[in-house]
Amino acid sequence: MSTKHPHESGHKLIAGATGDWEIVIGLEVHAQVSSKAKLFSGANTEYGAEPNSQVSLVDAAMPGMLPVINRYCVQQAVRTGLGLKAKINTISVFDRKNYFYPDLPQGYQISQFKFPIVGEGEVTVDLADGETVKVRIERLHLEQDAGKSIHDLHPDLSFVDLNRSGVALMEIVSMPDMRSSLEAAAYVRKVRAIVRYLGTCDGNMEQGSMRADVNVSVRRPGEPLGTRCEIKNVNSIRFMSQAIEYEARRQIDIIEEGGVIKQETRQFDSKTSTTSAMRSKEEAHDYRYFPDPDLLPLELDEQWIEKIKATLPELPDEKKSRFMSDYGLSAYDAGVLVAEKDRAAFFERVAIGRDSKLASNWVTGEFFGALNKAGLNIENSPISANQLGKLIDLISDKTVSGRIAKQVFEIMFEFGGDPAQIIEKKGLKQVTDLTAIELEIDKVIAAHPGKVAQVKDKPKMMGWFVGQVMQSTGGKANPQAVNQLLRKKLGLG
Amino acid sequence: MSVNKDTVRKIAHLARIAEPEERLEPLARELSTIIDWVEQLDEVETEDVPPMTSTVAIKLPLRDDVVTDGGYPEDIVANAPGSQDQFFTVPKVLE
Amino acid sequence: MTDNSELTDLTLAQARDGLRGKAFTARELTQSYLNAMNDADALNCFITKTPDKALAMADEADTRLMRGEGRPLDGLPLGIKDLFCTQDVLTTAGSHILDGFTPRYESTVTNNLWQDGAVMLGKLNMDEFAMGSSNENSYYGPVTNPWRRSGGETKLVPGGSSGGSAAAVAAGLVAAATGTDTGGSIRQPAAFTGIVGMKPTYGRCSRWGIVAFASSLDQAGPLARSVQDSALLLTSMVGHDPKDSTSINAPVPDFESAMTGEMKGLRVGIPKEYRVEGMPEEIDRYWRQGMDWCRAAGAEIVDISLPHTRYALPAYYIVAPAEASSNLARYDGVRYGLRCKSDDITDMYEQTRSQGFGDEVKRRVLMGTYVLSAGYYDAYYLKAQKVRTLISRDFSQAFNKVDLILTPTAPDAAFGIGEKANDPISMYLNDVFTVPVNLAGLPGLSLPVGLNAQGLPLGLQLIGKALDEETLFRAGGALEEAAGFNATPTRWWRDV
Repeated sequence: MSTKHPHESGHKLIAGATGDWEIVIGLEVHAQVSSKAKLFSGANTEYGAEPNSQVSLVDAAMPGMLPVINRYCVQQAVRTGLGLKAKINTISVFDRKNYFYPDLPQGYQISQFKFPIVGEGEVTVDLADGETVKVRIERLHLEQDAGKSIHDLHPDLSFVDLNRSGVALMEIVSMPDMRSSLEAAAYVRKVRAIVRYLGTCDGNMEQGSMRADVNVSVRRPGEPLGTRCEIKNVNSIRFMSQAIEYEARRQIDIIEEGGVIKQETRQFDSKTSTTSAMRSKEEAHDYRYFPDPDLLPLELDEQWIEKIKATLPELPDEKKSRFMSDYGLSAYDAGVLVAEKDRAAFFERVAIGRDSKLASNWVTGEFFGALNKAGLNIENSPISANQLGKLIDLISDKTVSGRIAKQVFEIMFEFGGDPAQIIEKKGLKQVTDLTAIELEIDKVIAAHPGKVAQVKDKPKMMGWFVGQVMQSTGGKANPQAVNQLLRKKLGLG
Repeated sequence: MSVNKDTVRKIAHLARIAEPEERLEPLARELSTIIDWVEQLDEVETEDVPPMTSTVAIKLPLRDDVVTDGGYPEDIVANAPGSQDQFFTVPKVLE
Repeated sequence: MTDNSELTDLTLAQARDGLRGKAFTARELTQSYLNAMNDADALNCFITKTPDKALAMADEADTRLMRGEGRPLDGLPLGIKDLFCTQDVLTTAGSHILDGFTPRYESTVTNNLWQDGAVMLGKLNMDEFAMGSSNENSYYGPVTNPWRRSGGETKLVPGGSSGGSAAAVAAGLVAAATGTDTGGSIRQPAAFTGIVGMKPTYGRCSRWGIVAFASSLDQAGPLARSVQDSALLLTSMVGHDPKDSTSINAPVPDFESAMTGEMKGLRVGIPKEYRVEGMPEEIDRYWRQGMDWCRAAGAEIVDISLPHTRYALPAYYIVAPAEASSNLARYDGVRYGLRCKSDDITDMYEQTRSQGFGDEVKRRVLMGTYVLSAGYYDAYYLKAQKVRTLISRDFSQAFNKVDLILTPTAPDAAFGIGEKANDPISMYLNDVFTVPVNLAGLPGLSLPVGLNAQGLPLGLQLIGKALDEETLFRAGGALEEAAGFNATPTRWWRDV
């Protein structure tokens, strides 16, 4: 395993007409805090309610309304900061970001500008080849979400629903440390894994509880950063990758044709997989940030932070190293297993007290494969960790061979049931009775004298004999016993 | 004059207040007078002075994460100049 | 008592005692105020009158009083500044932009008053969004001061921004009123109309449900005819409110009982910086008179210095407009109030806000937008907040030596309507003695001490330590007694 450092780039260059280019990506991930109530009001945060039914007077910015902060949201921001190995700022300040938009009822968003609650941190991103990349975190701050404008319900009007107005978001800002859409995707997956492990955000991108603004620029390797474009509100990892690929190519084409990149805000169209400039963001912004006078600076007690630290769960990186050392797994296997908290937990329930390599192969291979194929996840898996564990026990004690076990697994996956009972009922039990195996071997030897003569010079032909015996026993013979007996009978020692 | 016509036009737009062209010049004068007057603060040495961050000597209070509010969409849109099906309505916004 | 006009002459405390002693009913008291209100349209004190509500509330109070279950303010008819949101009653903040706005909620302060049995007579006129020192900036027209110069008929301003509140109290149209004070908006109009105005410590009164002007400075308080009445009303208005993050959770004393009638052992600071150029001699004379009264009541006079006083107004005129420019962004024609028709959202915003806001409000919103805009934050807003620290430190240092501070409330008496309309800065200078108190979040009380040569009332201001309103009421009571101010305006408006 090797770790790449952010500035040792050059490994992910893309070719243009005039030479190689490097993509530089920074992400602002907006993660909705998994709170029951909003950041500054007591209204519900549940997804999918009737329009304006989860709106308090505060969220609708009625005259004279005032914000009061939700303690849980502060705690979750601190927890997430600790999970990102970041500095927690004991004093942070809420600022007003002023701009007009129909779904921003106050005419400002309460956010944190100069003094965020969380400072610099770092995320180790696992790539598919088992390698890792470090992405530095610039900051994490708490802010309010805006409401929702719907533009397609009426020919001349936009409709505004404030249910989301005031929902707590953590904005996690990375440094421009990613060099490909694959790295960016892996980064988002890792951040999502971390917040899910911590329980601070459900990471559900379909419902908008996690989304990203993507900053993309291109440059010649080794040159200073180019002008970036920000692609707003990308709500799936796949779209993000497409947006980056498209945007990088667009920028390279412009520059190679002698043009210059205009710094602008763009949107991604998932139907065409392209990005386009946003009309509503065309004019230069001047947000006139200043500390919100309705709130006081947020002061955190060191002891309170320590207490939160003490309750942090084991996070993906730690779990990965432990899986590698305790279960002897490869970095790749361990990485796959820890990517999701419930998958890692499933593996551990299967692996404890068993052959861990075997458990890992079964969990990451057959089991995850079957889940993915069926579009299921751990929660609604037809096979429990306990059942899969029992199946592995039956392999280990030689009741079934690996090949038969796969058949049993398929039955279990489709119809459910206890593996021992399935084996019993279907008569799949492995033949370990040596005399029965000997009988089959003798039959094969007798039927193929020519091959018997050849095998002494070509020991590779052993496999053919094993296959024949296995076939004639319906796969139930213990392959090791077959091997041993065959060698003896064929005089191979 | 510390504030000119263009600046007034710019900040009026930032503040979303329509100011007719003929008002820009007088407003620039008025604002300049006030700006020049407040600039006497430059006389004050504030190098090592922290800005005032709160008028009260208390810590920011934190509330519990409990749903205590909402559930009255009719009240929310009751005063709206434009509403339909419990939504607020506004002239169409182009993204 | 059968002569209703006499009922409106009673102070709040006298009326309370009369109601408890069953000398008259809350309905009778309320009706006599409603009559007085209807005779005084010439003063333009009210934006909304709520006679039906008033009588219904009075009847409820009478029921309780009859049963001997009287509450602290039971049956006492009050006027409410139209900056307080009142449930199902039009609330305008004196602005066109809040046309037709009828809140579905009640501000914490007014709710406290109704809980204590008070009766609402109506909503009082004010400078639009509380921006002004003369009440000339109301969409509903200026309020006229019940006081006139001796022998003259010139209409004078009542001060502002709580001009409707002050004029209504002075004219006997309400027993007392609520106000708000961001830079002097309770104390200055109180001084202009010969009544008592009290701004408590920032954080004493909840700001929840009060239309915001400048959040770090806004504070509600009473306007009343005596120091005792102010104490009585304030006791009901204050209290910790978990809905306001800047609300102080401190015990609420019974302010009325702080009035002992003497000032023994109190050290009263006289800041030399409050002797400003061009201040009328009469004001200085009353100030010196005030010092003598303090000594006579047992206090010691101590010279102090508040060196950054002259920077308070410029700092205020950065901080307040900056906060206001943001606080007023919510008036966008989307959720309530005025909306100008347009097919384009930006045009809708710009037309609505241009037509909905008056000139002074627009001026301050532009000023606030300017000082917060890119590149200027440090030079203006940050600088002003640093100066604010220095002003606050001045007071802290002074309060190491003294228990309270005595100053004039305003640099002059009431002026004529229109006299200062074209000179914003000379208008702003009205608040030169009151603004530092808001910047530091301290309590301040203005009480009338006499008339000037033209027969107009003048006031003195007492400034106290944070959360020490009791000392202000104690000293205020003693000075009130010594001054013996009992002049009232002639009721000329009844004949108009």
